[in-house]
Amino acid sequence: MSKFNRNKALENLTGYLFISPWLFIFFTFILFSLGYALYLSFTRYNLLSPAQWWGLEGYKRVLTDSLFLDKALPNTFKYVLIVVPLQTVISLVLAFAMDQKLRLRRLFRTVFYLPSVTSSVVISLIFVWLFAAQGIFNQLLGLTVNWLNNVKTAFYIIMGMNIFTTSGTLMLIFLSGLQDIPESVYEAARIDGADSLQIFWYITIPMLRPIIFFVVTVGMIGCFQVFDQIYVMTSGGPLDSTTTITYLIYKWAFRDTTVKMGQASALAVILTLIILVVTLIQRRLIEGSGVSNQ
Amino acid sequence: MATASQLLPENTFRNRFLLAWERIKTPVFYFLLFFWAILCLAPLYFTLVFSLKPVANAYTPPIWFPIPFTLDNFRTVLQSFDLFPRWILNSMIISLSVTLLRVLFCSMAGYAFARIEFRGKKFLFNALLISMMMPGIVTLIPKFLVIGPGFIKGGLHIGSLVLPTGFNLIDKLGGVVLPSFVDAFGVFMMTQYYKSFPKELEEAAIIDGTNRWGIFFRIVLPISQTQLLTLGLLTFQGEWNNFMLPLLILRSPQNFTLPIGLQWFRGEYYTLYSTVLAGSLFNTLPILILFFLFQRYFIQSIATTGSKEG
Repeated sequence: MSKFNRNKALENLTGYLFISPWLFIFFTFILFSLGYALYLSFTRYNLLSPAQWWGLEGYKRVLTDSLFLDKALPNTFKYVLIVVPLQTVISLVLAFAMDQKLRLRRLFRTVFYLPSVTSSVVISLIFVWLFAAQGIFNQLLGLTVNWLNNVKTAFYIIMGMNIFTTSGTLMLIFLSGLQDIPESVYEAARIDGADSLQIFWYITIPMLRPIIFFVVTVGMIGCFQVFDQIYVMTSGGPLDSTTTITYLIYKWAFRDTTVKMGQASALAVILTLIILVVTLIQRRLIEGSGVSNQ
Repeated sequence: MATASQLLPENTFRNRFLLAWERIKTPVFYFLLFFWAILCLAPLYFTLVFSLKPVANAYTPPIWFPIPFTLDNFRTVLQSFDLFPRWILNSMIISLSVTLLRVLFCSMAGYAFARIEFRGKKFLFNALLISMMMPGIVTLIPKFLVIGPGFIKGGLHIGSLVLPTGFNLIDKLGGVVLPSFVDAFGVFMMTQYYKSFPKELEEAAIIDGTNRWGIFFRIVLPISQTQLLTLGLLTFQGEWNNFMLPLLILRSPQNFTLPIGLQWFRGEYYTLYSTVLAGSLFNTLPILILFFLFQRYFIQSIATTGSKEG
């Protein structure tokens, strides 16, 4: 009995020792940081003097800030609403084309993944140059537009670039999902007289639903937090036309001359709530639509 | 007559469309694939051409070929700006240490979650899953404070004792390594892997009286090489390309990583864009080489992320 207990205690201890590095990170950088972010969001904190309790003032200031209301908030939603559907559809179409057992598909797979291996900074620096006034894009089309300095075009260039870089990865996820659908399901449908349109709509899409949910969720969480490309390509400009919520958090906490850590934390909490709500709505929509699967 | 027309498909718009689609679908798919492939290659190709032309000829045609040809931009990167080699070295140090530590710690934690029975395991594993869904931006500011100055300025005073509340690692490479040396996704990936791992080998060792550490380091770790390599490659790629955290932590140019350095260099020497892009290729090249060497593992790791969580 006592030996059994000792073994059990040893097993407990060993388990905790094995996970201790992760536990350390989890407690400091996830659990504590999450709680501390919440606390900070109710304070006024400029790094120089200790954080001061501020109640809901930080939230009030965020929700009445014109940069947030007129630029960051609408820009972020615009970004998500354009980029997520386009990258999902494009990668699904590419995966569908790749699944046709065409020739050269290995080569295509490699090439499509290339933009995803390149770092966000490098691809941004390349696009800054491609779309400069004297850049390749203008040279090819004989134009002289300064794409990234133009309020009307800058944000769309960033969107296009990000659709272009993520589609390769998403395509691979869809492709493995398509290849997981057993051939027998298609055969059964064909014997029942289904045509290719029906097979696509009533078999392929419902079978892919969990993967579509995954791709849309991950895509959304990523898009809501877009930062690197905006920092490198436009720094939120011109005239704040590319300022997103994440960029604004960075600006308030680290870039502005008056550091506003508390207010930035309040905005980070608000962004997290937005992501949570949108993810839940999205889950309802995808799970509740059409023929149910699983 | 009547029976024959019943067997033939109806001449509806839908059927005509389907018939036409069967005929054109292969060319349509090929067109799509080639079109996207060109789109993927074009930026990298133009970058290569541009960086192989002298600065003076940067904006003169031809844009399709590096005429006149020169390697000067690459030479400048390695010789004239002593910061460039420094950035490459810094990036190497950070990426390699994060990769090695993460592969070790994630497989240890993954093994424990899959095999060892300890109190609170289910609860902690659920916490791990939830933490994977949490947007990183919400913890950014506290993370910065913990790595750097601490959340209480001047430390925590307990009587005469002053405890620091931060690691004081601002502008140090260790500050970038610290929060990244293990991550939830890696632990999750290794847990799933070890759950599908045959138990027989370990059971024999348990009967022989080998303890958990011996089993893990002498039996489990050596046979999971493939999975470790997959996690290692993913981690290296992520750290090598990482931008936001190094941007906040590393302050003086000699401590920059390559991505931060490139961004900074571009601001300082805007007219030398050929050099900026040549430097960019130095950032891209190691990843491309790794990608071509281990393509199978990269693709496998991406492909499984969807099916495991979906």
